[in-house]
Amino acid sequence: MKQEEKKISRGYDNELRMEFDAVSCNESFARMAVSAFIAPLNPTMEEMADVKTAVSEAVTNAIIHGYGNVQGYIPGHMQCPREISVGKVRMYCRIEGDVLAVEIEDDGQGIDNVEQALEPLFTTKPELERSGMGFAFMEAFMDDLQILSAPGRGCKIVMEKKLGSMPWLEEDE
Amino acid sequence: MEADFQVIDNYLMVKMPAEIDHHQSGAISRKADSFLLRDSIQGIVFDFEDTKFMDSSGVGIIMGRYKKISCLGGRIFAIHADRQIRRILYISGLSKIVEIME
Repeated sequence: MKQEEKKISRGYDNELRMEFDAVSCNESFARMAVSAFIAPLNPTMEEMADVKTAVSEAVTNAIIHGYGNVQGYIPGHMQCPREISVGKVRMYCRIEGDVLAVEIEDDGQGIDNVEQALEPLFTTKPELERSGMGFAFMEAFMDDLQILSAPGRGCKIVMEKKLGSMPWLEEDE
Repeated sequence: MEADFQVIDNYLMVKMPAEIDHHQSGAISRKADSFLLRDSIQGIVFDFEDTKFMDSSGVGIIMGRYKKISCLGGRIFAIHADRQIRRILYISGLSKIVEIME
């Protein structure tokens, strides 16, 4: 009970859970949702941009590499590319105190070799001009990155970042 | 907002859109390549004035164009890149092949 009170007094705890189709138009939707979700924590512009980039990378990975939906596609606005594989990306965000945790999960083809995937410039899709910088950006822009994946069993990215790292701006309690 | 393309004195000016992600990167690359084939392009200038967001898909666009133009002796420039886009260019190592200008 005491612990609970303490948690609440630390301020802002919140959760967000959503699921969307694995198509490219949802990449901007996902990062907008996260940036709106963390806005009450007053992150700096740089922190906001970091989180958006990391989320965009993770969601794009799920769509392109997890489900193989390599074409840009807006339902109803464009001709449907020949092969769109139906799949969902799940995103879960949690704010605890001043730490944001983001989980992005898909049920796609998974990663054969996580260590190799983490190497900057390594990509399995060079023909699509993927730069191979996705995981490098996630690592650079977030404080913590974990990749849980096995071939054929989807992929789950867990990232954490401390926000509002400007204590001199905090109000006295 | 879509990317805007102009050829000025054999330089291809690409005005990048507000958000650069995988969703639009393919279209930008294809359009830029059609100019590279048609005109004798000596360099590409990516203008990030309106760009508020870019992820690794933007890095892919620039890298891909560099591979095509560098064997013809062409160069790549980036202008109006804000702090975040500069960070991305530096972290990805693109700053070594792209001339970042004010």
